[in-house]
Amino acid sequence: MEDEQSFSDICGGRLALQRRYYSPSCREFCLSCPRLSLRSLTAVTCTVWLVAYGLFTLCENSMILSAAIFITLVGLLGYLHFVKIDQETLLIIDSLGIQMTSYYASGKESTTFIEMGKVKDIVINEAIYMQKVIYYLCILLKDPVEPHRISQVVPVFQSAKPRLDCLIEVYKSCQEILAHQKATSASP
Amino acid sequence: MALKAFFPTCCASVDSGLLVGRWVPEQSSAVVLAVLQFPFIPIQVKHLLAQVRQASRVGVAVLGTWCHHRQEPEEGLGHFLEGLAAVFSHEPWLQLGRERGSTFWSCKAIWRPMSPGASGQDQVMLIFYDQRQVLLSQLHPPAALPDRQAGDAPASAGGLAAVFDTVARSEALFRSDRFHEGPVRLSHWQSEGVEASILVELAKQAAGPTCLLFSFLLSLLSAVGACRLFRLWPLPSICSKLSTCKQVQHRLEHLSLIFSTRKAENPAQLMRKANVCVSVLLDVALGLALLTWLHGKGHIGQLADALVPVADRVAEELQHLLQWLMGAPAGLKMNRALDQVLGRFFLYHIHLWISYIHLMSPFVERILWHVGLSACLGLTVALSLLSDITALLTFHIYCFYVYGARLYSLKTRGLSSLWRLFRGKKWNVLRQRVDSCSYDLDQLFIGTLLFTILVFLLPTTALYYLVFTLLRLLVVTVQGLLHLFVDLVNSLPLYSLCLRLCRPYRLAAGVKFRVLGHEAGKPLRLLMQINPLPYSHVVRTYRLPSCGCRPGLSWSSLCRKLFLGELVYPWRQKGDRQD
Repeated sequence: MEDEQSFSDICGGRLALQRRYYSPSCREFCLSCPRLSLRSLTAVTCTVWLVAYGLFTLCENSMILSAAIFITLVGLLGYLHFVKIDQETLLIIDSLGIQMTSYYASGKESTTFIEMGKVKDIVINEAIYMQKVIYYLCILLKDPVEPHRISQVVPVFQSAKPRLDCLIEVYKSCQEILAHQKATSASP
Repeated sequence: MALKAFFPTCCASVDSGLLVGRWVPEQSSAVVLAVLQFPFIPIQVKHLLAQVRQASRVGVAVLGTWCHHRQEPEEGLGHFLEGLAAVFSHEPWLQLGRERGSTFWSCKAIWRPMSPGASGQDQVMLIFYDQRQVLLSQLHPPAALPDRQAGDAPASAGGLAAVFDTVARSEALFRSDRFHEGPVRLSHWQSEGVEASILVELAKQAAGPTCLLFSFLLSLLSAVGACRLFRLWPLPSICSKLSTCKQVQHRLEHLSLIFSTRKAENPAQLMRKANVCVSVLLDVALGLALLTWLHGKGHIGQLADALVPVADRVAEELQHLLQWLMGAPAGLKMNRALDQVLGRFFLYHIHLWISYIHLMSPFVERILWHVGLSACLGLTVALSLLSDITALLTFHIYCFYVYGARLYSLKTRGLSSLWRLFRGKKWNVLRQRVDSCSYDLDQLFIGTLLFTILVFLLPTTALYYLVFTLLRLLVVTVQGLLHLFVDLVNSLPLYSLCLRLCRPYRLAAGVKFRVLGHEAGKPLRLLMQINPLPYSHVVRTYRLPSCGCRPGLSWSSLCRKLFLGELVYPWRQKGDRQD
């Protein structure tokens, strides 16, 4: 089963939330940010090159032009490979764990898998971000020594930063699976 | 809890048979290690499993049946496989099946009806894993696994660490290769037969005696180093200040680690050994490259010819600088008498230095030739030697710096104590604090006089101090860069980085799952892949300890020392370690 809904992030940008229900015990939530737009790319490139031409007319040194080309290329590659995240997914599998994957624009994937034994709960939290208060979904990890304590808070959807309505959807589905997990692990 | 069956991908296409593996009750997961092929004799199978259990201390058992329908489903086979549950009893009994036309598998877990908590058929999840990668990979950080001596105790570590541990420990099961003909035929990940290279065998045979010989030589060397002649007064203190000696000692420790006859106990030690080995090899290779470059085509002669004019040039520049300082530098009006005295003093020093260099100049080429030979011990040793030579050649700059700093600190201390006199206070040496004190009129008069003189002389001294400190810092920076490079070669874990680059699954940070697909009524299929450790973690985990010949000063304490005029030594002082 698969459905798609459109939400907005904290700055008002569009986000698409895809939900895939593979089985009652396995769900995937996929938040896609808008791709890198041609307009912003052109704007940045033009600015850098105009500045470079300005400097070139002042100094008459052609090194500046080559440096500008180099900086643009390296900057673009670095931005696509290390900064721009296209898609973030949260895969929750009952009795196995929670997996968070970020897909960068260059195709790089970075994955974190948290075993279900370490997960204490999933909650929606409030945080002060720049000049506003935002909500974010986070996974609470158990302290291995004292199981009632929280050792770490892992935020989910860090780069997409969806609004509360989107978070509530994800939160409800995750809680269903967690409740099922708790019920089955407690009974035997 | 959903039942998880870990199934190796290499067994997905083998013929029908029995599933051999381990059942982890806490996670309710079954780790399938191999598929047992027909025909077999149950007694032999049980015997083999008992052997494996004893060797690996893993509770390996027959978990269920595997049914692969290549042709039309045969009724007879199904009944036969069900009958096997009576021969090899296991709780629960797994029935894995693969249909010919469909990509989806069937999986059933049958609990015995009278067992407690039996819910008939449970929800089942199929997780495929690459047996070879899981076998060879090493989880980071290493989970606290129960001791091997603890016997068959179930792994208390987290669920996936238990899976990794099971696969790694049951290596005895995988020992047979493809061409093995035994009474029991098992399908699992197999090597392509044992490699039989003469060179590898010879190297294995030769490794033991070579290690013995080299460790003997190294112990001989350390015995020579420990003899009393080298303990006489000036030698140890000189050795502790020369970075070359430290680097050589560091490398000797590395060599003794490499050639030690003790076997590495855990993977971390093995990795450390390999890293040290690669680091030493790279170092020596770079050093030999430098050696061939230096000793070919008369590069040494060119260097030696260039060195003396460069020293002359530096001295000339210094003289110009001093003459500039003796006039009115940057329009500042200095105290003329003090300026002249200081300037002449330093000029005389430069003169001494120049004559020293010219006295040395016939021997420079010979010295350089011998120094170049040290590159065969490794590039790092040659670079440390270069750093020491730089320190020796710029000794005059160090001297200037020391004179300037001493004068400057004298002034600042005098000023601070006279400032206390103004406020009617004094430093109490006994109590280590500032006390109030009533001064006489004469004392106040003399103090004021001295204070004025010191204040007016301070700019001249401060200027000299500033200029020579900057020169000194330049030299220290060059030396620091050399040491940074040496530390980089010493501590970079190259072997681990290469392993991460070429075999990403060997260093695992964890796992990641991919959903392969799901159909109603059929078990969920997941693919488990190894999540490789990021490069930054590799470097952080496997960094070798550097030899630490850099002066360990923090920036703030350095600035404080420079401002107060305390000496910044080029080497590590005993007192510095506290801050």
